[in-house]
Order: sequence, then C-alpha cells, then structure tokens
Amino acid sequence: MKINKSAIVMIFYILFLMLPIYWLINMSLKTNQEILSTFSLWPNDLTFDNYMVIFTDPSWYGGYLNSITYVVMNTVISVSVALPAAYAFSRYNFMGDKHLFFWLLTNRMAPPAVFALPFFQLYSSVGLFDTHIAVALAHTLFNVPLAVWILEGFMRGVPKEIDETAYIDGYSFFGFFRKIFMPLIASGIGVAAFFCFMFSWVELLLSRTLTSVDAKSIAATMTRTVSASGLDWGVLAAAGVLTIIPGALVIYFVRNHIAKGFALGRV
Amino acid sequence: MAKITLSNLAHSYTSDNEYALKTMNHVWNDGEAYALLGPSGCGKTTLLNIISGLLAPSQGQVLFDDQDVTTQDTAHRNIAQVFQFPVVYDTMTVRENLAFPLKNRKMSANYIEKRVADIASMISLNDILDKKANGLTADIKQKISLGRGLVREDVNAILFDEPLTVIDPQMKWELRTELKALHQRLGHTMIYVTHDQTEALTFADKVVVMSDGEVVQIGTPTELFEKPAHTFVGFFIGSPGMNVLGAEISGNKARIGGHELDLGHGYQNLSGKLEIGIRPEFASLSRNPDDLPITINRIEDVGHYKIVRASHQDMDINIISDEGAEIFEDMKFVSFDSSKINIYADDWLVEP
Amino acid sequence: MKKTTNQKAWFMVLPVLLLVAFSAIIPLMTVVNYSVQDTFGNNEFFWVGLEWFEEILGSERMHDALGRQAIFTTIILLIEVPLGIFVALHMPKKSGVWSSLCLVLCALPLLIPWNVVGTIWQIFGRIDIGLLGYALDQIGIDYNYTQDSFAAWITIIVMDVWHWTSLVVLLSYAGLKSIPDAFYQAAKIDQASRWSIFRHIELPKMKGVLLIAILLRFMDSFMIYTEPFVVTGGGPGNATTFLSIDLVKMAIGQFDLGPAAAFSLIYFLVILLVSWVFYTVMVHSDKESGS
Repeated sequence: MKINKSAIVMIFYILFLMLPIYWLINMSLKTNQEILSTFSLWPNDLTFDNYMVIFTDPSWYGGYLNSITYVVMNTVISVSVALPAAYAFSRYNFMGDKHLFFWLLTNRMAPPAVFALPFFQLYSSVGLFDTHIAVALAHTLFNVPLAVWILEGFMRGVPKEIDETAYIDGYSFFGFFRKIFMPLIASGIGVAAFFCFMFSWVELLLSRTLTSVDAKSIAATMTRTVSASGLDWGVLAAAGVLTIIPGALVIYFVRNHIAKGFALGRV
Repeated sequence: MAKITLSNLAHSYTSDNEYALKTMNHVWNDGEAYALLGPSGCGKTTLLNIISGLLAPSQGQVLFDDQDVTTQDTAHRNIAQVFQFPVVYDTMTVRENLAFPLKNRKMSANYIEKRVADIASMISLNDILDKKANGLTADIKQKISLGRGLVREDVNAILFDEPLTVIDPQMKWELRTELKALHQRLGHTMIYVTHDQTEALTFADKVVVMSDGEVVQIGTPTELFEKPAHTFVGFFIGSPGMNVLGAEISGNKARIGGHELDLGHGYQNLSGKLEIGIRPEFASLSRNPDDLPITINRIEDVGHYKIVRASHQDMDINIISDEGAEIFEDMKFVSFDSSKINIYADDWLVEP
Repeated sequence: MKKTTNQKAWFMVLPVLLLVAFSAIIPLMTVVNYSVQDTFGNNEFFWVGLEWFEEILGSERMHDALGRQAIFTTIILLIEVPLGIFVALHMPKKSGVWSSLCLVLCALPLLIPWNVVGTIWQIFGRIDIGLLGYALDQIGIDYNYTQDSFAAWITIIVMDVWHWTSLVVLLSYAGLKSIPDAFYQAAKIDQASRWSIFRHIELPKMKGVLLIAILLRFMDSFMIYTEPFVVTGGGPGNATTFLSIDLVKMAIGQFDLGPAAAFSLIYFLVILLVSWVFYTVMVHSDKESGS
C-alpha cells in the first residue's frame, strides 16, 4: 500500500517537527517548581501563570508590540518599493539592468553579522537608534532584494500584451498598475509580503543591535531575560510559544498558496 | 495487437446517477484505426482512460482479445499512449528515450539496438538519435513519444489523446499523413481521440462519434457523411453541417410548410418529432417554382466552392454550390437530391 | 518574454536603489574604511593598508571558524536536501484537509523566531528538563551539549535540520506539483521503475526550485548566528563558533574594528563567490528550460 507508506513518512516527519514545539508548550504550562523537580510528559499542575506574567508586564508584551510594529513597517516598505522595480526588471531592458539585479541579490547574501556594527553606528549618527523604523529599514537590506526577486518572477508570468491592451484602452500607467496589474499578481504580492514578514519576524541580531528600550523586540527581550534571571524557564517557554502564534496564523491564511508561493513564481 | 470489446460499459464520476459515459456495448476490430470524435465534455477522454486503464469503469468490462482486463492496471495492458502534450524524458537522448520501455522490460542490448534503429528510421528520427530530447520541437517530441510506443512489439493498441493540439498547423498535416501511413504499414489497433473532424476523417478507418456520454454512431467517413445515424452527427460532421428541417412525412412524400418534396423511399408508421436531413452538398439552387422557396441571406466564397446561407421561413438552409456555378437573382428555390435525403424521428435515423 | 529597451525604467528602480544604497552601501563603506585603518581610540585613525587582511587571512582563528563553517554547511546541505526531497515525494498530492495540514505543520518551524528555535532546542536537549536530553540520558547515552563538543555539534545539526528541512520540502513539493499527470501515466506505460521516475521525470522538473533551495540554504547556513548562539554560545570552547559568531565576538565583544572589518569583507566575498556560481548555473538552467 503506497498511500500508507507516504502517510507513515509524513507522520514521522511531522512528529519530529512537533515534538520540540510540544515540549515548549508543555513547559509553558508548568510551574518552575514542577519543571525543575519532576520530569513529566504533560503538566501535572496545569498553570497559566507564566502567560499572565507576560500579559501583565509591559516589558514583555511591549516586546511583542514592538516586533509587530517594525515587521509590518518593513513589509509595507519592502513590498512597495519592490513593486515598481520588479516591474521594470520584468518588462524593460535598461542600462546595467542585469548587474543591478545581481547586485540587489548580493544584499540578500550579506551576513547580518557583517552589518550589525556599521548599522549601529549609522543609525546612531542619524538619531534613529532604538526606533522601530531603524529596524524596519535595516531589514530592508535582505527583504527588498528578495521581494524584487519574487515579484519579478510572478510578473514575468503575466503576458506583456495585457499592459499594451490597457494602454490602448486609455489607462494611465498608474491606473493600469493599480486596477489591472496588481490584481493579476495579487498572489505574488502575498507571497512577497509573506517572506518579508517571515524574515523580519525571525531575525534577532540586527533587531537586538539597533534597539535598547523603546523599540526592543520580543526576541531581544527573551535573550536578555535568559541572561538576567537565568532560570525562569516557564516564562521563557510561554514567551516562546507566543512568538510562534503570529507565524502559525500567517501560515494558516496562506496555506493554499504555499506550494506555488514557495516556488517564488518560478514553476 | 488486439480486438477490443466494451461490454455493458458505463462510468460515473460522482455517486449519483449522472453518467459521464452511458452504457455501451461495442467491439472494435483488431488492426483498425478508430477515431473518437466529439465536442469537449462528450466523454471521449473518459472512454480512452478506461481503455488505457487509468480509470476503472463504474460498470461493465473491457476485453482485449476476449481476455478481461478491466481490473488490470495500465502497465499490464500492453498499450502505448501519446498524450496531448508531448511527454519525453528531457534528460535522455532520443535514442535513450526510444530504448527506455524496452530497457525497463529487460530486453537484450542487441535486440534494443536493432529495434530502436528500425523504429527510428520508420518515423525518420535517425538523424537526431543522439540529440538530447530537451530542446526539440513539439512535433518531434510527439514523434518520440509515439516511437516509445512503437518499439514494443507486443502492444495491444496505441492510443492518441488529441496528439496534435500543440503542433504547428503545417506540421499537423504532415504528422497526420505519416501516422496514417504507419498504421497501414504496421497494422496496430489505434484509437485516436480528437474534436477535430478533419483529423478524425483523414486518420481513421472508423469514426466513433460521441455526444453527451453516448456513442451516437460508429462508421466509415463515408457512412458518417451520407447516412448520419443521428442529427448530431449530421451537424457535427461536415462544414457546414447537414440541414435539418422539420417536416411531415407520409409514404414517400415529405411536407415542409405548404410544400411537398419527393423522397427516394417510402416510410411507414413514423412517430415522434420528424425531420428531414440533407447535406448542403446535395442541395442546389433552382428557378423551378415547384421547389422549396427560400430567401438568400448571404453568400460566402471559401475558395473552391461557395456556401449559400439561405432560409425557408425560420429554418436555415445551407447550400454548397461549385465555384464555377453562377448564382442569379431569380434563383429563389432550392432542390434536394432526393436519394440523399435522410429521415429522422426524434433525432435518430429511420431506415426506409 | 521579449523586453523593450527603456532607460526610463531606471526611475522605477530608483526607490529600491536609494533604499538599498542607504542600508547597504553606507554601512559597507564604513566596513571598508575600518578594514584599512587602525585606531588607538579617541577617534584617531591611521592608514594600515592591507595589514588587517593579511593578518586575518593568516590567522588560525579565521581558518578554524571558516573550516567549522564549511563542514557545518556541507553536512546540513547533505542532510537537508535529500531528506527534503524524500519528504516532498511523500507529501499528499491531492489537495484536501490532510495535505493542508501537512503543509501548515511543515512550514511552522520556518516562522519561529530564530532565537526561539534556539531556546526550544536548548530546553529540549537539556538532561534535566528536556525530553531529548532526558530520554538519551535514560537509555544510557552520555549526552551533554554544553560540555561535549560532539554532542553540541549533533544538537546544532539536528536543530538546523528541524528548522530548515521544511524549506526544501516546500520548494520541492512546489516543483513536484507542476508535473502534469501525463508524465506519470507515460512512465507507467513504459514500466519505468520508481527510481527511473524520480531520476528522469521528477528530478529534472524539480531542478529549478531545488537550486533555489540549495542557494537559500547555503546562504543562510553560512550566515547562521542566532540559533547556535542561543544554544551553545559558540562553545564548548570554540567548538561551535561559526563565522558569524566569531565575527560578532570580534566586533562587538572585543571591539577589534579593523580585523573585524577585514574579516567581514572576506566573509562576504566567500558567500558572494559561491552564490555567484549558483546564480550562474540557475540562470543558465532557466534559459535551457525556457527554450
């Protein structure tokens, strides 16, 4: 039975993926005392105290708000500047286009570790240190090239005749772009936004380097808590679980586009 | 090679009684070329998939040479199939493509080499045997996928699923001719699915016309032309299709409106909706006031003949007149070749 | 698609150009600037030429970090790519609840912040409170990722496989979904073996997306920082100190700006070089399949 064999492979793989996550959830529902004293596969003494700590302490829930703020800013900025550029790359030849495209891609290859210190100095000198926009702009370094690349792939799939017909029908460039072209590549925009969201949401190094108090991200909050209090495993686990939720929601909404989306419009 | 028998066959994709394929019993002879012809959604691809074994029918049996293969899968039916879009193995050369089915069947290297060479020269691929299949044009790719079927000597039938869809128009004709020649030479049972009547009529010994999940007629191109078994066949085959006119019929006379027409034969005991069918090729314009009066709406010159689009009351009548024949103002009547008039009761042909 | 030449297209690229110039070129210039200068503090810099580059290129520290990095990246590519393809081949092909569930669950690790990935495995692998560490300890395996460098490596690798294999799975799955049924039917008729189907139908059709997957996995694993930083902090000793960890230590920890800058540039160039090779191969294969 072939179907069964596939199902077994999938079940094992998903089990492998889910076990560590389950363990995190398990720990987030235990008291610290239970975590350290007894080893149990599920919480014996179910508690939501760890979550309450996070929801009542502004330095915790503030971290979430800060992260979401700069992630959304980054996604909006990245996609909106990438759209016209991707259109230009997909439709026109112009001086240096291929070099420019490759140069853009090289920025996706830049290790954040290389840029951490210069970014710190740059944003400090222009007075943007510890602001949301600083992190959002820093993340455009790798998100803009990716967005351009993804969108270019989707736009290439739209026949040029559609543009020409629209111009003949008397649309202005902006009218055409907004009313005709954008709906056609809606799924591409969705995929690009998804990836921007993803890479900005999961990044730690730059967001930690560029913030200290006011715009401190949840990721940074978590690493600092570890070093400060060291042993508050329950709260740490709860904070971790809460960071998984936005990602899970985003995936759930795009689940039907995942297969095509992950091919970046290139299948 | 095999005779194919469809016994009490029917198929429904859903569990209710909506049949994509209505119950049918047919025997298709060994070594003949059949075309399955019909508009999109008539069930021809369903039927092909049942014969190839990709689909299990919800009722009835498929027999190859009296052996029941209904439950066998595609691999064991020994059939070859050419698909709508060319299926070739991109990573292999043309030679490796042709050898592939034989290699998988563990034939000896000598045999494979000889067989591939034979088939390649038969379908004129010798020159490109060592090229990668990747960059070739669609028509060559279709030839390769045909070749993969032909290399096997034990094939029961070769199935074609609209194989010329993606081929350039000028190559279509060439490929079709080649296919016909191949069939005459090799004598495989071939089944060719298409919605293009020209393809069907030029390729096949027998054309199976389907409509709405039903086989409405199996016949030679001539039979389909002269004696369509159903008004649908009349409409669908021919360009323009057969004229079908509502009529009252008694004995060897037909009355259309107030006019009486002679029929070649006498008919008794007719009931239901009665119509006469006459091909535009067997109708001609006339000045004779005894004939059926018509109004000419339009004349289309399509090269070697003209199509006269006319009507009698609200019934359309098409007439084909030779390129040379002149058409005059006073030709307001149409006469039919009475021996070519067919009679239909409830859309089905009635024999005299 | 045929493109028309239009120099005005530059205006459409301009916003991207300005933005990336701001967030890439200015910092990069800072790095270059540091890499050729030295300072004794007080913001006084003097020119040292290529000294730092020579020092870094000759330093054992860089060699070790680069070596560890290369081994790590090679191992995870060797595991994740075949495993990803294998899982993708077993993904449910028909759309439905089961296939949506598989997709969502597979994609989940990809959207977990990297430090949380680190935290998850840090906890999971602990002997006292982690399921994995506890289980290994119970069956008598000596496992302690904070003290034993082999255990640390295994933990980091398993973590990366856990974290990133799904990217390969999803990309391969996207490639597989694009293969028309006719190919599988033809293969059945030709009595192709499972291996032949994979080798001659599935693999060629997956090639494009697979290259993207390998490129992304190469780049990201070569830049890995957060996850090992959280789990092992680069230790025990320097056992899991990969390039980025070492660089951050040097730049922010020790504030050795000159060597760190030279280090950065060499690091960046290595990634660029390898990625350029991939990119060329990719564009080439794009053209091939497009013709």
